Amino acid sequence: MISILSNEQTCAGAVTCNLNNGILEVAVSGEIDHHNARSIRAKIDEKLYLCRPKTVRLDLSDVSFMDSSGLGLILGRFTLTHELGGELKVVNPSQGVSRILDLAGTARLITIERGEK
Amino acid sequence: MMPSLTNIVKCSFLAISENEAFARSVAVSFAARSSPTVTQLADIKCAVSEAVTNCIVHAYPPDRFDKPMVEMTLRHFDDNSVAITIKDHGVGIPDIKAAREPLFTTDTTGERSGMGFAIMESLMDNVKVSSRVNKGTTVTLKLRLGVPDC
Ligand SMILES: Nc1ncnc2c1ncn2[C@@H]1O[C@H](COP(=O)(O)OP(=O)(O)OP(=O)(O)O)[C@@H](O)[C@H]1O
Ligand SMILES: [Mg+2]
Repeated sequence: MISILSNEQTCAGAVTCNLNNGILEVAVSGEIDHHNARSIRAKIDEKLYLCRPKTVRLDLSDVSFMDSSGLGLILGRFTLTHELGGELKVVNPSQGVSRILDLAGTARLITIERGEK
Repeated sequence: MMPSLTNIVKCSFLAISENEAFARSVAVSFAARSSPTVTQLADIKCAVSEAVTNCIVHAYPPDRFDKPMVEMTLRHFDDNSVAITIKDHGVGIPDIKAAREPLFTTDTTGERSGMGFAIMESLMDNVKVSSRVNKGTTVTLKLRLGVPDC
C-alpha cells in the first residue's frame, strides 16, 4: 500500500536501450500512462529506426504501473518492429503489467518471456 | 437496504495529461483510508487512470473547447464501498454500447488499443457510463473494499 502511494513521486517512465548482436534490449521503468507514453515511445522509436534490430526484448520488470496506454505503447512498438523486419518480445512483465496484458489477451499476439532475469 | 453515504471528496482539474497521475493519487489516497487490499488499491488506480485518460484523450478535441475541465467525485459508503465519478463536458459518446466493446476505438494514431472500458469493467464491481453528445460523459466506478467475510 505504502509503495503504491510513494510510486507517484518517481512516476516518470525511464527507458534504457542496449544493442547486442542485433538484439535490442529495451528496459522501461516507472509508470506507463498516456502522459509518459509519449516520451517513452519517442526514445524507443528512435532506436528502432536507427538500429533496425532483428530482435527487440522489451523488459517490463521495473514498470510499477501501466494502463491501456501501456498496451497501446507495446502493440505500437510490436507493429513498428515488425514493419522494420524484426520481432518484439515482452520480457518479465511485473505483476501489475501482467494483469493488464492478460486482460487484453496480449499473449495471443506477442511472445511473453517470464522467469530469467 | 441502500448503503448510506459516509464521506465525499470532490476535485476538478484541467484536462491535461499531467493531471492523470494526480487523479490516480487522489483516488488511491481516498481509498487507502478504508482498509483496501493491495490489489483493490492497484485496481482503483488503474480504473481511474482509464476514465480520466479518456476525458483527456477523447472528450476535448483541440480548438473546440476553451477551458476543458474534468471533475472527479469520490464517495464512501457504510458498506465500505467507494463510488468514483469522473465527469467531462466534452463531445460525448454517440453509441455507449459500441464504445464499451473491447477493441473499439475511434483513435486513428494506432497508439490506442480500445481496451480502456474493458479494463475498467474487469477491475471494478460496477461501471456506469452516461453520455450526451456535445454535453459530456460521466463514468462511475464502484468497488467494495476490504476482504469479504464469508
Ligand atoms: N470521455 C469520453 N468522451 C468522448 N468519447 C469517449 C470518452 N471515453 C471514451 N470515449 C470513446 O469510447 C471509445 C472507447 O474507449 P476505451 O477507453 O475503451 O478505448 P480507447 O480510449 O480508444 O483506447 P485505450 O483506452 O485502449 O487506450 C474511445 O475510442 C472514444 O471514442
Ligand atoms: Mg481509453
